[in-house]
Amino acid sequence: MIYGIENLHFKYRGGEREVLNGASLNIDEGELVSVLGRNGAGKSTLFGCMLGLLKPQSGSIKICGRDLRTMNERQVAGIVAYVPQNHNPTFDFTVFDYVLMGCASKVGLLSKPGTKEEAAAETALRRMGILQLAERRYTELSGGERQQATIARAIAAEPRVILFDEPTAHLDFANQIKVLRIIKGLSENGYSVAVTTHDPNHALLLGGTAAILDGEGKLCSGKVSELITEERLKGVYGADVRLRYLDEFSRDVCIYPNL
Amino acid sequence: MLVMAAVLSAGIVLAVCVGKYPVTPGESLKILLGSLFGSVSGSPEMTVNVVMGLRVPRVLASVLVGAALSMSGAAYQGIFKNPLVSPDFLGVSSGACIGAAAAILLSMTTAFISLFAFLGGIAAVALTVSIPAMLRNRSNIMLVLSGIIVGSAMSSVLGFIKYIADPDTQLASITYWTMGSFSYISLKQLLTLLPLLIVPMTVLILMSWWIDVLSMGEDEARALGANVRMVRGIAIVCSTLLTAAAVCVAGTISWIGLIVPHFGRMIVGPSNRRLIPASGLLGGVFMLVVDTLTRTVGVTEMPVSILTGVIGAPFFCWLLLRQQRGSAR
Repeated sequence: MIYGIENLHFKYRGGEREVLNGASLNIDEGELVSVLGRNGAGKSTLFGCMLGLLKPQSGSIKICGRDLRTMNERQVAGIVAYVPQNHNPTFDFTVFDYVLMGCASKVGLLSKPGTKEEAAAETALRRMGILQLAERRYTELSGGERQQATIARAIAAEPRVILFDEPTAHLDFANQIKVLRIIKGLSENGYSVAVTTHDPNHALLLGGTAAILDGEGKLCSGKVSELITEERLKGVYGADVRLRYLDEFSRDVCIYPNL
Repeated sequence: MLVMAAVLSAGIVLAVCVGKYPVTPGESLKILLGSLFGSVSGSPEMTVNVVMGLRVPRVLASVLVGAALSMSGAAYQGIFKNPLVSPDFLGVSSGACIGAAAAILLSMTTAFISLFAFLGGIAAVALTVSIPAMLRNRSNIMLVLSGIIVGSAMSSVLGFIKYIADPDTQLASITYWTMGSFSYISLKQLLTLLPLLIVPMTVLILMSWWIDVLSMGEDEARALGANVRMVRGIAIVCSTLLTAAAVCVAGTISWIGLIVPHFGRMIVGPSNRRLIPASGLLGGVFMLVVDTLTRTVGVTEMPVSILTGVIGAPFFCWLLLRQQRGSAR
């Protein structure tokens, strides 16, 4: 088991609401988990706790059997890579320098990345098919290319699990599909993957496991095909959504009947 | 980088030759090499004194101060992921001014003025850093706000010291000190401060890559595996030591720590692995040119900050304009 999350309780300082209220989730080797929930349901908070950036008030998180509280940033980063939402860095690093930062957990405090790290960054760029962008400025890339570069940075860390925070946000339709395909591919190549999304269709496309955060900070998980039902979606999103089986593609789709 | 180093060394030799008392490049080189190998012969004693006693310490001081301010500026801009911060934004300079002003007020010697300036600078930064710690909010923005608070509190204190200072003697030297000058530097004083300049510079160069990682933002840097508190702590201590030592040598000098890193980014790109050493070299050259101008142009010597401001402000404008065009491309 890569992640063992048990009975997590989290409240922001000064906040009233328990954002996570007894959330539990296991992620196995090679498992693909889509974390669903409305805006503000606590998806990013859950990731914050899983990365050790936020300290839950109670509950425990184990990474590969070790208690997260006993691990430092470097040890966590050696196992878990994080793909944050698109953002604008202050300085216009080249794509190569940007991807190279993925190797941080292997570089000493008073040293710089060496040839080994540079090779890892190059391999990651090649796997993402963006080696030709290596010398371009990250800030000049399109949204889809940026997401590819950030995924390359995650791969360069040689992690066992990758956390994607809303990887399809701010992307156009074609790029959303492209990124989902990459995520699926990574999972098939043995990485454990957790993805937050607010679109149930993305979970249905990715398959694997779904974990749904309701508004009360409770988390339930199970196989996508079993967990994602019309009633549950209606409950979570508080909207009249329908689940229809399409014979042509032999899978469920989630649609909105009308405005 | 090699070109920059070459320009800097050539500049040093040239600057030693320039001044009110004429010395040819050949002669100054001979004296420089001669004193390095312990035998100065064949040159008039007056020339040797001018070169070794006055110009060499001064030239070295200006190069080191320029390099120190520029490197700490580059480091601060990376850590706080804000290209508009300068080395004194945590209150080093204002703290140092108070230290120096207090020492002048108490009629102390030059050595004590330097010491007080150094301690004042460190104390001001300690105060700036402790406010966010007291409020249990360690974010960057809190630190910047705290710097503004401490900075303005310090200027009030400085105003008070100026108010009670003797207007005929002390006030003038306080004002002159706050505008920066290399005229009082001695080789001995410079050598005492040398470790405080060289050690932090070396550490900053060694950990320059981690400053890149930090510029991704606190959460992202931690997720990448960076010990953010440690990296930021060491980088702030080094940059503060550099700025305080620079202020101690030459008083407060504005602009250079802000603009040289920008200029450096234009030449070597934004990665601190290249930017921090390049800023050191460029800052050295820039300060050397400015200081040489202050002591050669005009009848009496001008405070350095006047010239850095006159050159710095339009230069910064031009840089911003260029960057604007670059991003619109």
